[in-house]
Amino acid sequence: MTSKETTDIREAVSSISDGATIMIGGFGRAGQPVELIDALIEHGVRDLTIVSNNAGSGDTGIAALLAARRVRKVVCSFPRQSDSWVFDRMYRAGEVELELVPQGNLAERIRAAGAGIGAFFTPTGVGTDLAAGKEHRTINGREYVLEYPIFADAALISALRGDRYGNLIYRKTGRNFGPIMATAATTTIAQVDVCVEPGGLDPESIVTPGIFVDCVVPVGERSWLADGHFVGGTDAAGAPLSPSAKESQ
Amino acid sequence: MKRLLSRSEIAARIAEDIPGGAVVNLGIGAPTLVANFIPPDREILLHTENGMLGMGPAPSREHIDPDLINAGKEPVTEGVGAAYFHHADSFAMMRGGHIDLCVLGAFQVSEHGDLANWSTGEPGAVPAVGGAMDLARGAKEVYVMTDLFTKSGEPKLVTSCSYPLTAVRCVKRIYTDHAIFEVTARGFRVRETFGGLTTSDLEVRTGLRFHD
Repeated sequence: MTSKETTDIREAVSSISDGATIMIGGFGRAGQPVELIDALIEHGVRDLTIVSNNAGSGDTGIAALLAARRVRKVVCSFPRQSDSWVFDRMYRAGEVELELVPQGNLAERIRAAGAGIGAFFTPTGVGTDLAAGKEHRTINGREYVLEYPIFADAALISALRGDRYGNLIYRKTGRNFGPIMATAATTTIAQVDVCVEPGGLDPESIVTPGIFVDCVVPVGERSWLADGHFVGGTDAAGAPLSPSAKESQ
Repeated sequence: MKRLLSRSEIAARIAEDIPGGAVVNLGIGAPTLVANFIPPDREILLHTENGMLGMGPAPSREHIDPDLINAGKEPVTEGVGAAYFHHADSFAMMRGGHIDLCVLGAFQVSEHGDLANWSTGEPGAVPAVGGAMDLARGAKEVYVMTDLFTKSGEPKLVTSCSYPLTAVRCVKRIYTDHAIFEVTARGFRVRETFGGLTTSDLEVRTGLRFHD
């Protein structure tokens, strides 16, 4: 019987080794696989290259991985945020390397890796510092720059529900990089709120087919949902609303 | 009118010019204000780079959903007829020329329509580009929303950008507190002024030449 489901989150990340390149899904906090990142920190590997849209916010998730000094390099589009103090400090101190990639090129380089594309010409970045030194070509009168795929040893992503075949559905803008990262890594590990029986997900609605997923880890329902229904009660970071703040609105 | 436009008034003026049926991406920061001024009877579809078409306004506090945010990571709502998609599709919408209009902030715009809005190149600053280069290159039309001058009084319209570029020859129109400008093959043209300013007043203040 095929089963990609595991309830042992430490076992799920145990094959990741020192020096690995790891894609981490999420846009800001939405869709960031915080429980898998915590398990990775506990697993203890270091010298990692992280591919993600951002470089962590607050003190949890990617920020915690950085603060634990496990990351050598970050490949991302937007590290600078109001609460990216961990990355900001380490970057200024020269403790972490940064490869800045325009967001669409980042997404397409990940997609290309998963789709077997050797490289592609994109108009994004032409004439800017981020295309300097790269191969350019004029195609049908328009200038493009050559970009190469980004592969990863592992992808850590977050989805709403999965099944033991690895099929996944996401929730709202938490989808973001999950579906493309799942295709581009040697090993894709997805945390889900719940793992349902095969047949429990509508085949017409599956976003990531199980072929792209190696491991599904149920981590329990996110606090702003109850039995799959939105109940709220948190701020945008997922932290509980304080009673006084509720009253002031 | 005897005064310059406020930030909200610039946003309202941009919203006035967006035709019904347009698919629009509003950049992070001030351009997000434009959404507040789109008339309810005009059907405009807002695109957000993190995977949604049909984005609605900010929620009330009890309806904040951490899975439902915009490009600036602020909570938003789902409009009627909204659709979600992954990041490669979202940027295919930009790069593939499917977005009618984007409104972006700027550090500088050159008279050729070059845009600089992602880095001031300051030493020690953490660089961040996000989706700006994809949007500036990919949207069918690029409008800039900005004050005409920096806080220290330097004009943001320039003959040639000194800051690192986001994209070359991409800006079509610049909405500022002083005036609305267009980028043409011959350089900047003044489309409309505010606060009773004349084109020659603007030339004196910016040190630029505006053609008719």
